[in-house]
Amino acid sequence: MTNPTLTWNVVRDASEVLEYHFMVNALLAGTIVAVMAGLLGWLMVLRAQTFAGHTLAMMAFPGATGAALIGVAAAWGYFAFCGVGALMIGWLAGGRTRSWSEQSAGIGAVQALALALGFLFVSLYGGVLGDLENLLFGTFLGVSDGQVLTLAAVAAGSLLALAALGRPLLFASIDPDLAGARGVPVRGLSIVFLGLLGLAVAATSQVTGVLLVFALLVAPAATAQVLTPRPGLSLVLTVAIGIAIVWLGLGIAYFSAYPAGFYVASIAFALYMLARVWVWARGTYASRRRASSGPEQPEMGVIDVAPPEGVIA
Amino acid sequence: MSMGQGEFVALLGANGSGKSTLLKAALGMLGLSAGSISVLGRPAGSANAQVGYLPQRRAFDGGTRLRGRDIVRLGRDGARWGVPLPAPRWSAAGRRRSADAERVAETIELVGASVYADRPIGELSGGEQQRLLIAQALVQRPRLLLLDEPLDSLDLPNQATVAALVARICREAGVAVLLVAHDVNPLLPYLDRVVYLARGRAVEGTVEEVIDSETLSGLYGVPVEVLKARDGRLVVVGQPEPPAHHHDRHEHSHEHEHVH
Repeated sequence: MTNPTLTWNVVRDASEVLEYHFMVNALLAGTIVAVMAGLLGWLMVLRAQTFAGHTLAMMAFPGATGAALIGVAAAWGYFAFCGVGALMIGWLAGGRTRSWSEQSAGIGAVQALALALGFLFVSLYGGVLGDLENLLFGTFLGVSDGQVLTLAAVAAGSLLALAALGRPLLFASIDPDLAGARGVPVRGLSIVFLGLLGLAVAATSQVTGVLLVFALLVAPAATAQVLTPRPGLSLVLTVAIGIAIVWLGLGIAYFSAYPAGFYVASIAFALYMLARVWVWARGTYASRRRASSGPEQPEMGVIDVAPPEGVIA
Repeated sequence: MSMGQGEFVALLGANGSGKSTLLKAALGMLGLSAGSISVLGRPAGSANAQVGYLPQRRAFDGGTRLRGRDIVRLGRDGARWGVPLPAPRWSAAGRRRSADAERVAETIELVGASVYADRPIGELSGGEQQRLLIAQALVQRPRLLLLDEPLDSLDLPNQATVAALVARICREAGVAVLLVAHDVNPLLPYLDRVVYLARGRAVEGTVEEVIDSETLSGLYGVPVEVLKARDGRLVVVGQPEPPAHHHDRHEHSHEHEHVH
């Protein structure tokens, strides 16, 4: 293709991007990933299981190299290792009943084993594993129709599961003791959630690479949770931010010489930092206004005034 | 022991004497090796829908980005499968949704937390969080409220206001309250009865009957003296120290030994 150049006509630029099948597939895959990873990531951030998510993403490394070693499609390796990884983390970490330090130590041990196995598979393979870079940073611009369909199927499955489990899962994430007393199967939900996370990571990292899946899991959810404490709004924001990140990143990458993954991750990070700065600035401004308006002002509603849902008499 | 409707009973005793265990057994979360518990006329655990429970002190992490209102809401519908999707007001789902929201708002009003219910729970003070957690336990309109150390790690003024709040709910809503406490003093004006656990045994009665030099000496098996301060506060002196490993949460105070 000829070197694309960015013009001031956004509509013309967009239609140029969409003329290429590989770009359409990249945008489709990116959008599906943004929705699925965003929603699962929102719960992951809330449950403080970011480290577990990172470890599951790392599972793709031994998965892909192991698949290459025994000569099967990489997808099998991804799903097998992410699935086993999710179960191992669920079992070692003991759900949320063990202390956080015990959990993170167990998860760290799993991650070390995963990386070691990956390197073992690479050296056993002997020859040059040309896909290593793609494995880490993704093949966003080389997504096949079949991969888009697989992604869509996995996403539909995990969204249905989330819709069915959503409320008890949130309850168990926030308040495991009380949820358990009210009959919510806290331990089972924890393992099911890790399983869903493993499945999503396996499907996603084939497209986005091992490193980028993590950016799409964490950044949109973390940004949205900084911006609002309202769960519904926060979920909608997460998905919107994820889609915006992917579209912007792919759009910029099309007109530039550098990889899409770099732009996606950088935009994700920039948005997160912007959200932190915005909340900090708003807090500082509010406290300054409070200080200048005298001490008899009530302290309520300074930090985060969300309009109440129902009218309180 | 047995509790009647609308009664306010404190469960006292040293750390490790089995207070929390008793609450968990009443919820059916733990089995009994001997004896039996019936709750609202049914075996322990099968009437949990009518029991409000506040587990031992759960401080929310400062980074927990959910509103107090959402935490209370989870007490109402958290165990229901599915997700609350937006629904038009006239539909069955929409009506249930607005009824839930109304009940949550009423309960928050009842505990006096309306002003800060829409702020992130992690940014609230211990006393504010505790009020919202009591609202969470109350939102299902339970007939029995099991509160595990709701006054623990609150400062003295907050202990007094939370104790008064629980007593008011007990009287106004006719809810029976069984409250595990470390220090009986903030509760003295409100209690109907106390149950004191020590050395695997229990004594039950009014505050005057139980927190008494003779009764506690008999319970502990060593001489224990109960002193009454001029303001009515009770100070228990001389009860055996609980084993050191039970003492990590309250290293600065002995049981009921608050001298002011």
